[in-house]
Amino acid sequence: MTSGYAIVAVLVVALGTILIGTYGLRVSRTTSDFYVASRTVSPWWNASAIGGEYLSAASFVGIAGLIFAYGPDMLWFPVGYTAGYLVLLTMVAAPLRRSGAYTLPDFAEARFRSKVVRAVASILALAIGWLYLLPQLEGAGLTLNTVTGAPDWVGALVVTVVVTVNVMSGGMRSITFVQAFQYWLKLTAITVPIMFLIVVWQVHGAESLTKPEFPTFPHDTVVKFHKETTIHAEQAIFIKGSGAIDGMRIENAGHTLPDGYHRIGLGSEFTFPQGAPVPHLSTMDHNTNESWALPDSGAQRFPLYGVYSLIIATFLGTMGLPHVIVRFYTNPNGTAARRTTLIVLGLLSVFYLMPPIYGALGRLYTPELLMTGQTDAVVLVLPTRMIEGIGGQLLGALVAGGAFAAFLSTSSGLVVSLAGVLSQDVLRLGGVRGFRISTMLAGIVPLAMTFVSTGMPVADMVGLAFAVAASSLCPLLMLGIWSTRITTIGAISGMLAGGVPALTAGLVTMFTDTGNAWYEVLLSRPAAWTVPLGFTVMYVVSLLTQRHVPPGVQRTMVKLHAPENLGLDGSGPASADERS
Amino acid sequence: MTTPPPGNGPAPKPTQRVVVTSPRTRAPRARRPYSGTREINEQSELGAVYMRTLIRAQRRLGLSVCLVVCGSLGVLPLLFSIEPDLGKARVLGLGLPWFLLCVATFPMLLLAGWFYVRQAERSEREFAELVERP
Repeated sequence: MTSGYAIVAVLVVALGTILIGTYGLRVSRTTSDFYVASRTVSPWWNASAIGGEYLSAASFVGIAGLIFAYGPDMLWFPVGYTAGYLVLLTMVAAPLRRSGAYTLPDFAEARFRSKVVRAVASILALAIGWLYLLPQLEGAGLTLNTVTGAPDWVGALVVTVVVTVNVMSGGMRSITFVQAFQYWLKLTAITVPIMFLIVVWQVHGAESLTKPEFPTFPHDTVVKFHKETTIHAEQAIFIKGSGAIDGMRIENAGHTLPDGYHRIGLGSEFTFPQGAPVPHLSTMDHNTNESWALPDSGAQRFPLYGVYSLIIATFLGTMGLPHVIVRFYTNPNGTAARRTTLIVLGLLSVFYLMPPIYGALGRLYTPELLMTGQTDAVVLVLPTRMIEGIGGQLLGALVAGGAFAAFLSTSSGLVVSLAGVLSQDVLRLGGVRGFRISTMLAGIVPLAMTFVSTGMPVADMVGLAFAVAASSLCPLLMLGIWSTRITTIGAISGMLAGGVPALTAGLVTMFTDTGNAWYEVLLSRPAAWTVPLGFTVMYVVSLLTQRHVPPGVQRTMVKLHAPENLGLDGSGPASADERS
Repeated sequence: MTTPPPGNGPAPKPTQRVVVTSPRTRAPRARRPYSGTREINEQSELGAVYMRTLIRAQRRLGLSVCLVVCGSLGVLPLLFSIEPDLGKARVLGLGLPWFLLCVATFPMLLLAGWFYVRQAERSEREFAELVERP
């Protein structure tokens, strides 16, 4: 898997990001420069920038990996990530822009005129941001591990350092151009290789992707185990190499692996023969290619609950992501915010056509990943595995570079918005120094978390961040924008009632091993119960505390909903009953 | 992008403002309750009604688009689980779930988004005409 070209590609992307960042620093030096520029940014640029920031590790490597392992149920990830923008478009895009809020806490304060609501929203935004950063770092670790063989923590460290230094120096900050460029880079990096791979697949005779057999090794395949792995073999396989099997040391010799479960030691390296059925990871259900292609093949305990929970989390969670909201400020007005979101929908739709193809071709060409459990690597490994020689290496390098761009751009967006929240609301340190300290903190916390997490698939982890956003900040936005009855107390209790259980569930799944308990899916996919909880509590408590409706709610509503060009601001002498 | 309602002509928004402040409105302006803009800015009962109408229209539009799209997507897992044979059907050489979720969904989302933007802008234009009427 190691390839010099891929290392070069990753380095080029990392250095390019730093260079463009420092160059951009010279171009847009002051905040006012940025504000002026923001008025002239066209919806197309803005939409590309949103796409660039949004398409993260989960989109670039995670989705393909999950589809590769679990089949079409996982298609709800790309569908949900895109449909989330439709919900955002129809429910919050224009009012959010009109509120003039730069971050979610800003919105909370503008709508409720309450520092407490703002504080709760800040803490939740921070938690969601960190939960979202963690899989980016894990993904980076995986990418670097795949292309260079470096240990997992190296990639996470590289991304943290590049992003933190870059954000601290002020580069990359709100530079629409850089993020817009990142979208097109990622689209190229995922589209060009898959075009070649489809051609190669056709040339190889377009082997069926849904044969009623278990995946088999397409060639003699050398597999290296990066951690101790328990696998299950369907039939006896003759393997060669060195390592430990069931505690027995084998040095460069042949060994017949009988059918059943086997523990393969860390650092083992074995060659599996062509045509042999691929043993699979013991914790993963094994499917023939035919049954894999059908819904519910993941064989979770409550498959329907899991799918619906995922749908709810992704459809409603997008609007609560801290780095997505910031981008809406760069639209000149509410109408442009809507048009921008529509273009984003289009850009995401094009991108998300690609990952499922990687996942499906992976069943034929890289089935050994089902055995090592590194399913997230399928996008990275596929090009070099399908195309021999320099062509495959170059395509592999392109994919690796694109993946790294994905980690860098999403992490930068997140770190910028987290640092903003930290310096303004938590540390209360103003100025450049406060922002720099906050940036350090925003980067270090998730880096530390990577050392204790249990290595779940990156798209699943991102799904948890979506679930927390959907159960806390989504009710705040939806009800805050569309109902005049929401009170300060209602907003706070709703955010906590939805957010705290979702967050707890997420942390428990990430940092402990819940194994096969019946409540496992309730914790790993909490949205189906925490989202209704958040909405209900926020609305009911508000109805019970109607005396605490924030002052000037009618004026706020005028600001949120009236088109800007009418000169309406509801700023006349307050005479009517505010609470009506 | 969108077609203006009949009778309005292709007038861009700044032009609409000029009409309001044209000298002809000087006389009615003395009786200020007639301008919706003013009603809203001064937060009269009538202004609140204007705003409520706009918010309701936009909320209904947003929720209906959302419900239609999310609803039609949302029944798919249920359908596939009630009738597993549906999962085996094939469209254009792809399994039905793959065709629906990989190919068909995205144009539908785009179409729904386009429809929403068109309608939302139209109801904002109508609102503008309503409140800017002298």
